[in-house]
Amino acid sequence: MDFPVLSVIVFTPIVAGLLILLFPAERKNEVRVTALAAAAFALILSVWVYFSYDLAAGGYQFVENYNWLPALGISYIVGVDGMNAPLVLLTGVVMLTGVLISWGIDDRPREFFAFLFILASGVFGVFVAQDLFMLFFFYEIAVFPMYLLISIWGWVKTREYAAMKLTLYLFIGSVISLVGALAMYFNSGLNTFNMLELARVGFSKDFQVFWFPFVFFGFAILGGIFPFHNWSPDGHVAAPTAVSMFHAGVLMKLGAFAALRVGIMLLPEGAQTWKWLIMGLATVNVVYGAFIAMVQTDFKYVIGFSSVSHMGLVMLGFSTLTRDGLLGAGIQMFSHGVMTALFFAVVGMVYDRAHTREINELGGFSKKMPWVAVAFIIGGLVSMGMPGLSGFVAEFPIFMGVWQVQPIVAIIAAISIVITASYIIKIIGKVFFGPLSDEFEHHIGDVTALDKVALVTLCVILITLGVYPMVMSPLVASGVQSILSLFGGA
Amino acid sequence: MNETNLLALILFSPALVAAVMLFLPREEKTLLRWAALLGSLVPLGLSVVLWFQFDKAQAGFQFQVQYAWYEALNSTFHLGVDGLSLTMVLLTTLLTPISILASFSITDRVKPYMILFLLLETGMLGVFLALDLLLFFVFWEIGLVPMYFLINQWGSEKGEREITKGWIVPARTYASFKFMIYTMAGSLGLLLAIQMIGVASGTYDLPRLYQTWPVMEELKNIPLSLSLSTVKAVAFWAFVIAFALKVPVWPFHTWLPDAHTEAPTAGSMILAGVLLKLGAYGFLRLVLPLYPAEAHRYAGALAFLATMAIIFGAFAAYGQKDFKRLVAYSSVNHMGFVVLGIAAAAYAAGTQDAVIALNGAVLQMFNHGLSAAGMFFLVGVIYERAHTRNLEDFGGLFPLVPVYGGILIFTSMASLGLPGLNGFVSEFLVVRGSWPILPLPTALSMLGLLFTGAYILKGIKHVLHGPTNTHWSGHITEINSREILVMAPLMVLILWIGVWPGWILNVINAAMNSLF
Repeated sequence: MDFPVLSVIVFTPIVAGLLILLFPAERKNEVRVTALAAAAFALILSVWVYFSYDLAAGGYQFVENYNWLPALGISYIVGVDGMNAPLVLLTGVVMLTGVLISWGIDDRPREFFAFLFILASGVFGVFVAQDLFMLFFFYEIAVFPMYLLISIWGWVKTREYAAMKLTLYLFIGSVISLVGALAMYFNSGLNTFNMLELARVGFSKDFQVFWFPFVFFGFAILGGIFPFHNWSPDGHVAAPTAVSMFHAGVLMKLGAFAALRVGIMLLPEGAQTWKWLIMGLATVNVVYGAFIAMVQTDFKYVIGFSSVSHMGLVMLGFSTLTRDGLLGAGIQMFSHGVMTALFFAVVGMVYDRAHTREINELGGFSKKMPWVAVAFIIGGLVSMGMPGLSGFVAEFPIFMGVWQVQPIVAIIAAISIVITASYIIKIIGKVFFGPLSDEFEHHIGDVTALDKVALVTLCVILITLGVYPMVMSPLVASGVQSILSLFGGA
Repeated sequence: MNETNLLALILFSPALVAAVMLFLPREEKTLLRWAALLGSLVPLGLSVVLWFQFDKAQAGFQFQVQYAWYEALNSTFHLGVDGLSLTMVLLTTLLTPISILASFSITDRVKPYMILFLLLETGMLGVFLALDLLLFFVFWEIGLVPMYFLINQWGSEKGEREITKGWIVPARTYASFKFMIYTMAGSLGLLLAIQMIGVASGTYDLPRLYQTWPVMEELKNIPLSLSLSTVKAVAFWAFVIAFALKVPVWPFHTWLPDAHTEAPTAGSMILAGVLLKLGAYGFLRLVLPLYPAEAHRYAGALAFLATMAIIFGAFAAYGQKDFKRLVAYSSVNHMGFVVLGIAAAAYAAGTQDAVIALNGAVLQMFNHGLSAAGMFFLVGVIYERAHTRNLEDFGGLFPLVPVYGGILIFTSMASLGLPGLNGFVSEFLVVRGSWPILPLPTALSMLGLLFTGAYILKGIKHVLHGPTNTHWSGHITEINSREILVMAPLMVLILWIGVWPGWILNVINAAMNSLF
C-alpha cells in the first residue's frame, strides 16, 4: 500500500500535541519549536497532496480504507477530491501561521499548543473523512478543545460566556445533524456509515425533504448561518489570536463543508426543495452581516461580523446548486479562511501592543508597524472583493451562480460590497493612519520577524490566487463536477 | 524582440519595476526616484515601438495574445490593441514618467509613493489593453486602490471638511473616501451587468461578445418577468453610469473637484490625464459596440448630459476662487465634448459625420490628457512656492516669473482651444461631426465654449496680470529646469498636434471606421 499521507496529516498534530504534554512545563522554547516543526510537517504534506492530486483522474484520491467496527458498519475511510483538498491546505496554512504568531504566548504554552493541535487534528479529520461516523467523531474532537482554549486563554472579560455559548450552539448543531445522519443510516438498510455508499442509495424524496434541514442546518450553525450566527462574533472576540484564526479561518469552513458533504451531497433532492430557504437566509447573512460589521466600534467585532457576511456568500453559492455557484463557494471557503486568519492575526498584533481594540482610540499604527498595515490593507481589499485578489475570484462565480437562479438576490447581495468597502476603508483610516497618540508613540514596537513571516505567507497566498485563479479553480471545478453528477448531471 | 508578447510586456513592466523597488532601501530617496523614472520609461519605449510596428491601415485588433486565466468561467487573459487603445496606451505611458518626474519634490515616504504610482500605471494600461470583459473589470477596479492611497496619504495636508455637525475630517480623507465609494458604487451596476452578460453568453471574450450580445434574442431567468429590451436597457444604463461617473458627466461629477483639489500634483495629473479617459474609453470600447440599439435610443439623453457638463462645467470653473478647483471643473467642461461626440456617433452610427465626431472625441481624450496634466502641474508649481491656491491672493506675477507665465499662457491657450494648438483640432472635429446629427446640443455646447474662454482668461488674469502683489516678490521663484523638463514634452505635443494632427488621426481614424 502507498504511503498513508492523509492519515499522517490527520494524526501529526494530535501526536505532536500529546508529545508536547510530556515536556516539562518550563521548557517553553522546546515546546514551541516542536509545535512549529509539527505544523510545518503537516503543511508540507498538505501542499504535496494539493499539488499531486491528479486532475485527469478526478474523484477521490489518496483513499485509505480500514474496517474499524465492522459490526456497526463503521470504517475509517479518508480521501480527498477537488472540494476538500483546498481545505486541507487551508488548515495546514492556518496551523503554521497560527503557531508562528502564538510564539509569544507565555501562559502555559505547552497546554495551549497541545489543545490547539488536538483541534487541528479534528479539523483535518472532518475534511478528509468519508465515513459519516468518523466525520462526527472528528467534528467533536475539533469542537471540544475550543471550549478550553477560549475559556482559559481568552479575553478575560467575556471568555467564560463566549466559550459556553459557542460550545452549546455547536453541540446543539451537531446533535441535530447526528439525528439526521442516524436516520440515513437506518433508512438505507446497508448497515454502513460509508458516505460513498450512502450517496448511491437514492433515498426517497419524502425522506430527503424531511431530513435535509436537520443535517444541513445542524452543520450550518457552525458555518454561521443566520439566525444561528450569534455565537460566532462572540467566540471570535473572546478567543486568543491563534484560536480566532482557527475559529474563523477553518472551523466555520468545517460547518459549511459538512453541510455540503453530508447535507447537499447525500440528500440532493432535499437540497433542491430547501434551496430557497438557504438562499434567503444566506442573503440575510451577507447583507445584514455587513451592516452590523459597519456599526461595530470594537476592531475584532468588525472582523467577526464580516466573517458572518462572507460565510453567507459560501452558503449563497451552495444554495444555487449550479456549477458556478458551487465553484465560487469552494474557492470562497479557502480564500475567506486565509483572509480572515490574516485579519485576526493583525487584530491580535494590534491588541497585544495597544491593549485596546476600540477603533476610535487607535490610530497611526502604520508608522509603528508598516508590515501589519500593509497586510491588513491587502486583507481588506480581499474582503471588498477587489479584483486581482482572491476574494474577487471567489465571489464572482458565486454571483454568476446566483444570476442563473435568482437575479434579484444577486442585486441585493451586491450591496454588501459597497458596505464592506466603507467599513474596511474606515478601519484602515482610523487604525493605521491618522494621528498616533503619545501613549502609543513610546510604548509600541514593531512586530517580530516570525509575525512578519506569517503575514507575508498569508498575503502571498491571497495575491497568487487572485492574480492566477488557475492554481485552484480547475481543482475545485473537478470537485463540483462530482457534486453535480448527484443532481443528474445538472 | 518577440513582438507577440509586446503588450504583456508593456502591461507588466511597471508592476515588475514596482516589485523590484520593494527591495530598495527606503532611505535612498534619490535612488528610488530615479528607479521609478527609469522604470516608467521602459513601457514608454515599448509603446513607441508598438506605435511604429502597428499597421495603421489594418482594421481590427493587432498584437493579440490570449492565455488561459480563469478557465472555469471561460474568461481568458486576452490582450490586443486597435487605434483607439493604442492612442490611450501612448498617453498613459507618456504621462506616467512625466508625473513621476513631477513628483521628485515629494519627500515623504517616497518608496510607497513610487510603488503605488507604478501599480497605478499597470492598472490603467490593463483597462486599455484588455479584450476580455472580466479582465477589463479587474483592471478597472485595480486602478482605484493606488489612487485612493495617493490622495489619502499624499494629498494636501490643509483643509478640513465638516461631514455633520461636529464631525470634522481632513479634507483629503473626505475626498479620497468619496472618490472610492462613488467609483465602487458606480462599478457595482457594471459588475452585475457584466455577470449577466457572462451568464447569458457563456463567454467574456470581447470580440465574440461584439458578435453575439447585440443580437441576443433570448435571456434566461429574467427577473420580475421583464422584457428583454428592458433588461438590456437597464444593463445599458448600468454600464453608462459606471463610465459616466469616471468621465465624469454631469450630474455624476461631484467627486472630481474634491479628489483633484486634495490629490498631490502628480496624482491630479494622472487623474485628469488618464483616469478620466478610462470612462470615455469604456463608452467607446464597451457601450457603443455592445449596445448599439440602446445607445441610439438614448443618445439624446447622453447628449443632454454632455451639454450640461460643458455648460455647467464652464460656469462652475468660472465661479471658483481656488486655482486647482478651477482647473478641475475645466475637466468636466472638456470631457463633455468627448461625450458629446460619443452621443452623436451613437445616434447616427455608421455615417461619415459619426466617424468625424468619434475621431474628434478620441483626439480630445488625448489632447485633454496633455493639457490637463500640464495645467495641474503648473498649478502645483505655483502652489509649492506660494502655499496657497487662492486666486485672489495672487496677481501680477508675470514680471516675477516670466518663463512660468509664458508656459502657463501657452498651456491655457491649448485648453481654451486656440487654433494652432491641439485643443482646437479635436473640439472642431467633435463639433463638425455632431452638428449635422444633434444640432441643438451642439449649438448650446458651442456657447459653452465661450465660457471656457472666460474662465481660462480669468485664471490667467488673476495669477499673472494686474498690479504686482508685492507680498510675493522674493518668495516666488522662477520655474526650475526639472519643472521645465516636465512641461517640455507636453508642450511639444500640444503644438505638434495643433499644427499637424495627421500622424495621430490616421491611427484613430482606422479604428473608428471599423468600430461600428
